[in-house]
Amino acid sequence: MSTIFGIPTPALYGQILIGLINGSFYAMLSLGLAVIFGLLRVINFAHGAQYMLGAFAAYLLLNYLGVNYWLALVLAPLIVGVIAVIIERTMLSRLYSVDHLYGLLLTFGLALIMEGAFRHWFGAAGQPYAAPSQLTGAVNLGFMFMPIYRGWVVVASLVVCIGTWLLIEKTRLGAYLRAATENATLVQAFGVNVPLLLTLTYGLGAALAAFAGVLAAPIYQVSPLMGSNLIIIVFAVVVVGGMGSILGAIVTGYVLGVLEGLTKVFYPEASSIVIFVIMAIVLLVRPAGLFGREE
Amino acid sequence: MAVGTQYIAEQPRLSTSSMVLGAVAVAALVVAPFFFYPVLVMSILCFALFACAFNLLIGYVGLLSFGHAAFFGGAAYFTAHAAKVWGWEPLAAILLGAAGAGAMGLVMGFLAIRRQGIYFSMITLALSQMFAFICLQVPFTHGEDGIQGVPRGYLLGIVDLNHPLAMYYFTLAIFLFGFFAIWRIVNSPFGNILKAIRENERRAVSLGYRVNRYKLGAFVMSAALAGLAGGTKAIVFQFATLTDVQWQMSGEVILMTLLGGIGTLIGPIVGAGLVIALQKYLAASDFPVTVLIGIIFVICVLLFRRGIVGEILEFAKRRSKGAA
Repeated sequence: MSTIFGIPTPALYGQILIGLINGSFYAMLSLGLAVIFGLLRVINFAHGAQYMLGAFAAYLLLNYLGVNYWLALVLAPLIVGVIAVIIERTMLSRLYSVDHLYGLLLTFGLALIMEGAFRHWFGAAGQPYAAPSQLTGAVNLGFMFMPIYRGWVVVASLVVCIGTWLLIEKTRLGAYLRAATENATLVQAFGVNVPLLLTLTYGLGAALAAFAGVLAAPIYQVSPLMGSNLIIIVFAVVVVGGMGSILGAIVTGYVLGVLEGLTKVFYPEASSIVIFVIMAIVLLVRPAGLFGREE
Repeated sequence: MAVGTQYIAEQPRLSTSSMVLGAVAVAALVVAPFFFYPVLVMSILCFALFACAFNLLIGYVGLLSFGHAAFFGGAAYFTAHAAKVWGWEPLAAILLGAAGAGAMGLVMGFLAIRRQGIYFSMITLALSQMFAFICLQVPFTHGEDGIQGVPRGYLLGIVDLNHPLAMYYFTLAIFLFGFFAIWRIVNSPFGNILKAIRENERRAVSLGYRVNRYKLGAFVMSAALAGLAGGTKAIVFQFATLTDVQWQMSGEVILMTLLGGIGTLIGPIVGAGLVIALQKYLAASDFPVTVLIGIIFVICVLLFRRGIVGEILEFAKRRSKGAA
């Protein structure tokens, strides 16, 4: 069996793949956080809970309504997006005029409500969610066996990330969004409905999180706390990347996921803290983040 | 110059009414164990001190730390280890916990103050989560079990803290010491500069203050005082576990402070009392505590951002203005 640095190559590739998958979720979630933060100036603490809601929506749709995975991939983000729109209209929009920290505190409270309620109903244990039959099994890549579902997650997340990036950089709606990020008052004076834009942005960010949640359901189990543990790591990813750039958030997500996977191979004890250590180093060397601007 | 002297002349003069109120409050705390379950009151005192320490940062420097659990729970581990494994005297063990928390505060603060606003909160949260992961893995914390059966020991080798009243008055003394320290810090020239940074950081910089040093100083003091509370809690409850270092604990202390009133001296105490009492009350019922905590968060943020004490003070201020 071939080895690299004394590590058997299948183990190495396996961990890189796991890292890539974790990185897909970091990228999708930090992308959503960055889009919301860019326009609303709110750190959406409920992002993890919305990811969890997406996974639970898929689970409930399947078990109570018999809705399959593919339909859930569309419906769950829609449901969570609508909930987010209601949250933005009724609560978050009242806080734009006060200190941005209150937005963080509000979404933190909402996250606690959602997680607490689901833990009350479903317990802390995870619920299994089977991958669709089209995506089960594994494929031989020559150097390793790859479960098809895992390959699908990486591809789907890349498509979503690039799609979101195109939406923001290349479309008229994206242009309004970027303009409103720079100067909301001026854009409103030009006749663009900025409050509507804010609402849609929050809904879109939450829908992205829910989409990630559905993708995650067959890999990790569907559990009430799946989001809160992830979101703190995503915060560290966001600090490393800086929230100024959409592309930066995506790249940082994948890279840190792979680095975490590699740490599992070479020094497993540190794998749970490696992203935080990288964050600390980045703060020392480049406080604004790798892709960030000093504000 | 005239403005400056006038500002200093306003300094820590206590009005008669607040001195009377303070004396009544202390008297009430002295007799409290005869009317309430002492462990409950001690628990409130520990969390009240924790919330006051947290409030030193958010209320007087405007920094929202989302990682204070690391100091509270970290100190609990240090104190529990010193008292149980090394057989230290309880006060020395608590002071070690506070010092350890202060040292952690120096490291975390040094990193976190490099960013401002919302980033500061995310960094403190991430660093405290890292500390929680470390606590889960290193042997001295005993992982999921925590450090159990910590001896209360003999205070200064003389007073047996296994006696509930002795333990209670010891806790009360530590609480009053911590509260007095915070009151002194807030009303010192140092505290005034902190408030200046909160109001307008750029102006403070242009006046020649090294803002980051002041922020770091406040962060370390806040961490050490949170550690004082955490260490005391470890002696009172005789254990230290992962619960105290996790992010939920950081959220709880934010809630206590927000509910009572950010930036008011006694607000965090009121908030801590309410939250602890509520948790104890709900523990017997079926209603999930987390959901209620979340609901209180949302209500506070949307409806009364000044908190209970803050709203009362504001109301009193408006009334006295109306009368004058």
